[in-house]
Amino acid sequence: MTQTSEPSTVDLSVFGEDTVARAQQLISRYPLSRSALLPMLHLVQSVEGHVSQAGIAFCAGQLDLTNAEVSAVATFYTMYKRRPCGEHLVSVCTNTLCAALGGDAIFAKLREHLGSEGKPLGQEETSGEPGTPGSITLEHAECLAACDLGPVLQVNYEFYDNQTPDKALELVTALQAGEKPAPTRGAPLTDFRQAELQLAGFFEGRESDLDGPSAAAETVRGARIAADNGWTAPSMSDDVAFPPLPEKK
Amino acid sequence: MVDNLTPVLTKRWLSPRSWTLKTYEQLEGYTALRKALGAHPDQIIQQCKDSGLRGRGGAGFPTGMKWGFIPQGDGKPHYLVINADEGEPGTCKDIPLMMADPHSLIEGVIITSYAIRANFAAIYVRGEALHCIRRLNGAVQEAYAAGYLGKNILGSGFDLDVVVHAGAGAYICGEETALLDSLEGKRGQPRLKPPFPATAGLYASPTVVNNVETIASVPFIVNGGSDWFRTMGRERSPGPKIYSLSGHVTRPGQYEAPMGTTLRELLELAGGMKDGIPLKFWTPGGSSTPLFTADHLDVPLDFEGAAEAGSMLGTTALQLFNETVSVPWAVMKWTEFYKHESCGKCTPCREGTYWLVQILQRMVAGNGTASDIDTLLDVCDNILGRSFCALGDGAVSPITSGIKYFKDEFLALCDKNSAVLAGAH
Repeated sequence: MTQTSEPSTVDLSVFGEDTVARAQQLISRYPLSRSALLPMLHLVQSVEGHVSQAGIAFCAGQLDLTNAEVSAVATFYTMYKRRPCGEHLVSVCTNTLCAALGGDAIFAKLREHLGSEGKPLGQEETSGEPGTPGSITLEHAECLAACDLGPVLQVNYEFYDNQTPDKALELVTALQAGEKPAPTRGAPLTDFRQAELQLAGFFEGRESDLDGPSAAAETVRGARIAADNGWTAPSMSDDVAFPPLPEKK
Repeated sequence: MVDNLTPVLTKRWLSPRSWTLKTYEQLEGYTALRKALGAHPDQIIQQCKDSGLRGRGGAGFPTGMKWGFIPQGDGKPHYLVINADEGEPGTCKDIPLMMADPHSLIEGVIITSYAIRANFAAIYVRGEALHCIRRLNGAVQEAYAAGYLGKNILGSGFDLDVVVHAGAGAYICGEETALLDSLEGKRGQPRLKPPFPATAGLYASPTVVNNVETIASVPFIVNGGSDWFRTMGRERSPGPKIYSLSGHVTRPGQYEAPMGTTLRELLELAGGMKDGIPLKFWTPGGSSTPLFTADHLDVPLDFEGAAEAGSMLGTTALQLFNETVSVPWAVMKWTEFYKHESCGKCTPCREGTYWLVQILQRMVAGNGTASDIDTLLDVCDNILGRSFCALGDGAVSPITSGIKYFKDEFLALCDKNSAVLAGAH
């Protein structure tokens, strides 16, 4: 493979010693270093609010890859944003089931609300100056695996279940005003960048996030009905033995 | 007679702070691991084969057989990779499981790794499932601190490291070889098989890739035995299964019942269709499984039952749509999804899904003609079985089954245009 010389003009100073240390820590988690690339892209996104050319060059440098190799990966995955994101990322599920239950109407309402001069906000566009308080990037998402709670949306990947256009509008208006309404399931809301740091695998000082709610009534519906009716799986007998060691063929 | 619901995997979900090690240990957690470490690894593989456990990620491959494919004594490192990239439309069982009871997955991971002789395991979780990633990470930390992970686990001489790996938004990574490429830090694109992961998987070494629900079942099989597991479900599809009901149903949610339970039985538990509006169509196991209609309420939902009725069990993601929903519209929405998620590696899927979306959008907008139906089926025919991986096959399922059962609805969209065209001559 021909190694082309990388432009030397990319300024990596935004990635300080702590980021370098974290990048090295990521590499140490895997048998082969390149496996650290996906978490590392989340890491640079936590620093800059998107994956910039500098972010790509940083990952390439840490992993001894070319910028082209890292770019090829970064552009493949929808969670790596190529333009600066808002303080919050709002993702509305518009896959078939959520859409039929109101997801399309929610997305349309938010596009209209966050748009300007009569023009609705487009996919992955940002309302407000990216990164500043109250700025919001809006996207429609594919199935978010919460279909029993649809229509759903996420803010910075925390779940807001059983939404309606009005509830979603109220939520987004609150976010714009600097409030952080609690998710239905997930940790107390922070911002997009802090969520990305956790996706990179860094949770220090955030242990209490674990206690954020996770089980909606829908989640435990079957288990609850079974408990109420005294239904159980057949009981296990004590001292179940393993089968004998199979003979070698 | 087995009860209507058989909570095994979902039972602990009702306990307070069910995700903590403390709760897990109070509820028999890690007892199966202690037992397993006292057995020979091959005995665990044999027990899994005897149980008849089949993969819960959609394909239903026999789990014990998959483990048995790993060559032993080959001198190469072995790996276990958990496919926690839940994203098949309608599927919402693994994420609640990992949030509510992450230790059951981790205990299953340790037992499975011991059985296949792996010393490194990765749990590849969908990136959008942040809270789930937190809980798993917290559970892994707890397991290390308690000596269930790391060096010389419980004095057995067995070592295992587990990493929780966040994906980055790509449905294709649920395909096992695309997942492996992604875990290696590449674009998530499927690999040509063979070689299969059992011989050349992660880093070209023997690798088992299993779904979350599959591996979380393992500690229960170790504790209960294969005969116990077979007291639930049917001969060729034994065990309990988490059925996820969503859409126009009175009480959507997760229902764990014996394999082979029917939608009629599940609907009864779920309070019937919402507002009494009749059922029109549904997916037995996500959008990649051909649609069923109200005529399929009594199909036993296990691997054989769903296949005999012309669909697939998939992930038992039952998405229910009532009479208010247009089939061509729903099919168009799903097709937009497959087009967006097609990885682009092979031509039939990349180009085919693109054209399918164009045609369906035109039809739904009222600008189609009856010949579009033939074109759709023709394109589907060029994708099915001709794509690199199952994404292409899945993409055509809603279209071909939608046209099979609801052709009149597609035709009705074109009536007006046929008349105009006829009048033009």
